[in-house]
Amino acid sequence: MSAVLQNLVNQPYKHGFVTDIESDVAAKGLSEDTIRMISSKKNEPEWLLAFRLKSYQRWLKMEEPTWSNVHYPKIDLQAISYYAAPKQKPKLKSMDEVDPELLRTFEKLGVPLHERMALAGVAVDVIFDSVSVATTYKDKLAKIGIIFCSMSEAVNEHPELVQKYLGTVVPTGDNFFAALNSAVFTDGSFCFIPKGVKCPMDLSTYFRINTEETGQFERTLIVAEEGASVSYLEGCTAPEFSSNQLHAAVVELVALDNADIKYSTVQNWYAGDENGVGGVYNFVTKRGMAKGVNSRISWTQVETGSAITWKYPSVILRGDNSVGEFYSVAVTNHHQQADTGTKMIHIGKNTRSTIVSKGISAGNSNNSYRGLVRINPKAAEARNYSQCDSMLIGDQSSASTFPYIQVRNNSAKVEHEASTSKIGEDQLFYFAQRGIDAEAAVSMIINGFCKDVFQQLPMEFAVEATQLLGLKLEGSVG
Amino acid sequence: MIYQNSKVILEVRGLCASVNGIEILKDLDFTAKSGEVHAIMGPNGSGKSTFAKVLAGHSAYEITSGSILFEGKNLFDLAPEERALAGVFLAFQYPIEIPGVANSQFLRLTYNTVQAQRGKEELDPLEFDDFVREKMKLLEISPDFLDRNVNEGFSGGEKKRNEILQMALLDPHLAILDETDSGLDIDALRIISQGVNKLANKDHAIVLVTHYQRLLNYIVPDFVHVMDAGCIIKTGSKDLALELETRGYDWVSAEYQANSKTRSAGMGV
Repeated sequence: MSAVLQNLVNQPYKHGFVTDIESDVAAKGLSEDTIRMISSKKNEPEWLLAFRLKSYQRWLKMEEPTWSNVHYPKIDLQAISYYAAPKQKPKLKSMDEVDPELLRTFEKLGVPLHERMALAGVAVDVIFDSVSVATTYKDKLAKIGIIFCSMSEAVNEHPELVQKYLGTVVPTGDNFFAALNSAVFTDGSFCFIPKGVKCPMDLSTYFRINTEETGQFERTLIVAEEGASVSYLEGCTAPEFSSNQLHAAVVELVALDNADIKYSTVQNWYAGDENGVGGVYNFVTKRGMAKGVNSRISWTQVETGSAITWKYPSVILRGDNSVGEFYSVAVTNHHQQADTGTKMIHIGKNTRSTIVSKGISAGNSNNSYRGLVRINPKAAEARNYSQCDSMLIGDQSSASTFPYIQVRNNSAKVEHEASTSKIGEDQLFYFAQRGIDAEAAVSMIINGFCKDVFQQLPMEFAVEATQLLGLKLEGSVG
Repeated sequence: MIYQNSKVILEVRGLCASVNGIEILKDLDFTAKSGEVHAIMGPNGSGKSTFAKVLAGHSAYEITSGSILFEGKNLFDLAPEERALAGVFLAFQYPIEIPGVANSQFLRLTYNTVQAQRGKEELDPLEFDDFVREKMKLLEISPDFLDRNVNEGFSGGEKKRNEILQMALLDPHLAILDETDSGLDIDALRIISQGVNKLANKDHAIVLVTHYQRLLNYIVPDFVHVMDAGCIIKTGSKDLALELETRGYDWVSAEYQANSKTRSAGMGV
C-alpha cells in the first residue's frame, strides 16, 4: 500500500479520552449474587429479578458462538465488572443537577445535554457506563403520550408495558450474548409511541463507556402501537484503553398494525490501536418484530468502530404486507474485524424486505457480510432484494460475503446482487491527474459507494456519518 | 501551428526513467512550444506511453537522470495533482472506472479545483450543468454522460470522449493524448479530432502519442517524432508520418543506428 493510502487510513480516534469522575464500580465477576446486586441497586420489581435469574440459568448452559468470521482470545467473563455508575445524587430534579464533569464530557462528544443547547429536534437519552444520566425533552414528549426514558425508569414507572414486551422479540435464551444481557443488563432506553401518534422529533440515545474493564450491557425497547411512527438514533463512543471492553446490548423493536419504526445507528466505539491492541468487543443482538399488518421496521447502521463487531439487526415480518429494511455501511481499518449483516424472516403474506450492505475494509482488517433471508411456507408473494457490495482499500484487507437464502414458498421472489471493488493506485492517480488530491478522491469514492445508505439516515446523522468516515479514512479535521 | 515568438512549454533533457529496475526511457530529449502540435509515434514498447505517464507523475516510474521543465518550472518538484493544477493534462490510454461517483460530480470537482488554483470563479452545480452541457455539445456527447458513474460501463469510445471532455473543461497548457485514437471507429475519431482541434490554440501545446497515421489526417501535427528503445530517433514534418505508414519503422531504426555508429566512430578519431 502506498504511503498516501497509509496516511489516509491511519487517523487517530478523537473520542478516546477518559472522564475523571468518581464511579461506583461493582467487584469483578458474575454470579447470581451479582445479578441480585444489580437488581437491588435498581430497585427492581420481583418479576424482573426472576427474568434475570432465568436468563442466567439458560446462559450457564450455553456456549459462546464460534461460527462467525472473527477471531479473538476467549473472553474471561469473570474478569469484568458488570456495573459501573458515576456517583451522584440518586434522583435528579433537573439537568442542572447533573455532574458538571459529565456535562463537559458529553459536550466534548458533541452531545449537549441542556435542552436549550441541544440539537434542534432531537431528544436524547444519555447512557454513561451502566446508567442513564439524562434524558432531554422528556416532559414535552409526555404531553402527547410518548414515553421516552431510561429503561431503569421505565421498569419503575411503566412496569406493565415493560413486562408486556421485554423479551418478546429477543427471547432470554436466544443466543449466548443475548442471554448474558438478559441476566445482567443495566440500563438503556425505553420508547413507547401510543396508538396513532407520529413522534414529532427524532429520539436518540448516546452510549458512552468510560470505565476500564467494565461491560456495557444495555437494553433498549421501542414499541410503536397501531399507526404510530418514530425515528430513533443511536450513537456510541468509548475511551482508548489497552484492554478490551465488552459491549453486549440487546435492542428490541415492536411495530403493531400500520406502525413504522426507523432505527439508525452510528457506532464509533474505540476500535483499538493500529496494532489491534484494545478496543470494544461489540456483540449485539438487535431485532425488530413487524408484528402488525402493514408495519414497517427499518434499520440503518454506520459501523465504524469496535475491535470486533458481531451484529445482525433483523426483522421478523409477521404481519401481512409488513416491510423490513436493512441499510448498512461497515468500515474496518487496522486489525478491526466485523461480521455483520441482517436476518429477514418472512412469515406474513406479501411481506417485503430490502437489504443494502456496503462493507469497506482498509489496513489489515477483515469485513464480512452475513445475512439470512428466510421465506416461511405461509409467506405467499414475499419479496426480497439484497445488494452486498464490498470495497477494499490497500492490499492487506479482506472482505467476505455469506448470504443464506432459505425459500419455502414457491411464490416468493428473492434477488441477491453482490460486488467487490477496490480503491486502487490507478484510481487515485486518475483523480490526481485531474488536480484532485488523494484525500478528496477517497472521500468522493467512499461517499459515492455509501450514498444508497447515507440517504436513509436522518439529516443530522447523515452529516455526522459523513464526518465520521472522513475521520476514519480521509484525514480531514472533524 | 508554429508561431513566431512562441514560448517554451515543455523542455525535456536527457531523461532516463525505469520501472522495476528496467530502463524504459534512455536519454530522451524533447521540446514543445506554445501553439505546436507534436505527434510521437513508434513501435510497441518503445516507451511512448511511459513518457506520457512520467510527464503526469505516475509513481510506478523512477526517474534516474535528466530534467523536465514545464513553463520554466521543474516538474519533478511537483506532485501529480500539482502538475495537473499547473496545467499538465493527460488523456489516459485506458481511462479508469470510478464506480459510485457520478460523472457530473467528478467533472465539477476537477473543474472547480483547477479554477480555484487559477484564481477564477468556481461554479455551483446549476451553473456548472449549463457550462458542461455546452462543452458536451461541442464534442457531440450525449447528456446521459453526466448521470452515469465516471467511466463505469462506458464503451472504449465513450471513455475517450470523456477524456476529451475533461480536457475541454480544464483548458490545459500542455495536453498529452496517450493513444486517444486507438479503439475508435471512424466517426468517433472524427468527432474527437474535431474536439481537439477546437481546443488547440496559440498558447497551448498538444502532444499526441499514437500508433496510427490516420489520426494525423484529422489533427495535423507540426512535428512528427519517432521513438524507439526509449528515445526519439527521428523528427520530421507531417510527411514523416505518411512515410512511416508505407515503410514501417525498421528503416528509421536502421538509419539511426548507422548514424550513431558514424557518430561514435567520429568521436573515436
